[in-house]
Amino acid sequence: MKQKLFPSLDAAVADVPDGARIMFGGFGGAGFPNNLIQALARKGTKNITAISNNCGTRDGELGLMFKNGQIGHVIASFPGPHANYFQERFAAKEVTLELVPQGILCERMRAAAAGLLGFYTTVGVGTEVAAGKEERVIDKQRCILESPIDADYAFIKADKADELGNLTYRLAARNFNPIMAMAAKITIVEVEEIVPVGAIEPEHVITPAIFVHRIVQAKGIRYAG
Amino acid sequence: MPDKPRLTREEIGARAAKELPDGAYVNLGWGIPNLIADYLPHGLTVFFHSENGILGMGRRARAGEEDYDLVDAMKVPVTLAPGASFFHQADAHLMSRGGHLDVAVLGGFQVSEKGDLANWRVPGTRGSGGIGGAMDIATGAKVLIVCMEHTTKDGAPKIVKHCTYPLTALACVDTIVTDLAVIDVRSEGLLLRETAPGWTRKEIQELTGAPLL
Repeated sequence: MKQKLFPSLDAAVADVPDGARIMFGGFGGAGFPNNLIQALARKGTKNITAISNNCGTRDGELGLMFKNGQIGHVIASFPGPHANYFQERFAAKEVTLELVPQGILCERMRAAAAGLLGFYTTVGVGTEVAAGKEERVIDKQRCILESPIDADYAFIKADKADELGNLTYRLAARNFNPIMAMAAKITIVEVEEIVPVGAIEPEHVITPAIFVHRIVQAKGIRYAG
Repeated sequence: MPDKPRLTREEIGARAAKELPDGAYVNLGWGIPNLIADYLPHGLTVFFHSENGILGMGRRARAGEEDYDLVDAMKVPVTLAPGASFFHQADAHLMSRGGHLDVAVLGGFQVSEKGDLANWRVPGTRGSGGIGGAMDIATGAKVLIVCMEHTTKDGAPKIVKHCTYPLTALACVDTIVTDLAVIDVRSEGLLLRETAPGWTRKEIQELTGAPLL
């Protein structure tokens, strides 16, 4: 059986090529795979398309990769008030941005995860978000067609993993992580603790092991502000 | 513009809190709406929803009890109320978008007489702007209340015939609570339901960019 446990953060990201599409979990400082992000910064992968709710907290979270110029395109809902390295690159036209309503970002990833090719929604009708999208009327409501968002990799943060890759999360650090785990071809998780198979009650598993491909243990890092 | 006292931001929040029905599931947005939790009328029980996957969010954490895995949508450490639950962001917005939230209260830059809301970017400001959960929440909540100052810092009406700022959602606002008035958006127009102490209907109409019923 293929081993999912990786001995180091660097080993877990060693094959991520230039131009990769990568989802990054986290919201509000909680649940960010900061150790994996630092490993990817060390590796120096370039021209990344990043899919994430926000665009970093100064040089924390995705900020480090914007600072290093590793990201060329980003799909996000709320770049955030402290995403200064993103904003500098964006103003210099070194990074392009697709702004997506937060819940629609979730559902577009879920569509990819579920093998659905799109969905119609009333969210965004009549706004900038609707530009270039098919609009129609269903059940007397104007709606627009949204497409799936997939990725080559998801970098996520969980609390515990068992050796098969079943995951649990702490409190509100769950946020985007379980969704991204389902939507990417290869999901890499950093966890506080790896436990033996059977140590997580089956009914407490939040992300089932089928969605997890690489597991690495690392003490979580948080960035204030 | 009459130089008379207006409601403070806290007083706007306290007035909006009176609009919440007992037992409601409620999402509070950034700015004035976030103050509402501190001004709930005595005896009222509501359940706060946070877009990062919390239902039953409690008060803000006090010094020493912060856990940075338990934050609200503004990144502020919070606590849990009894009976709280966690879920992922997709389910959090399923609640917003799918009509499960009883009330959402958002801030606003402009509201039109049709109830269109603009609240995510001021034209001409630098940077990318950000939508966050505003479009999902504005579109899907059963009742949407907007809390904002009645006019801009320059005295221009924020309640207008047509929004000129980038839109958040069309025809989504039910009630506007400002530092001067409580206004309901009706199909026939904007109904002035309440005026701030010391303010007349005529004075408020002069500071409003659309006719008041």
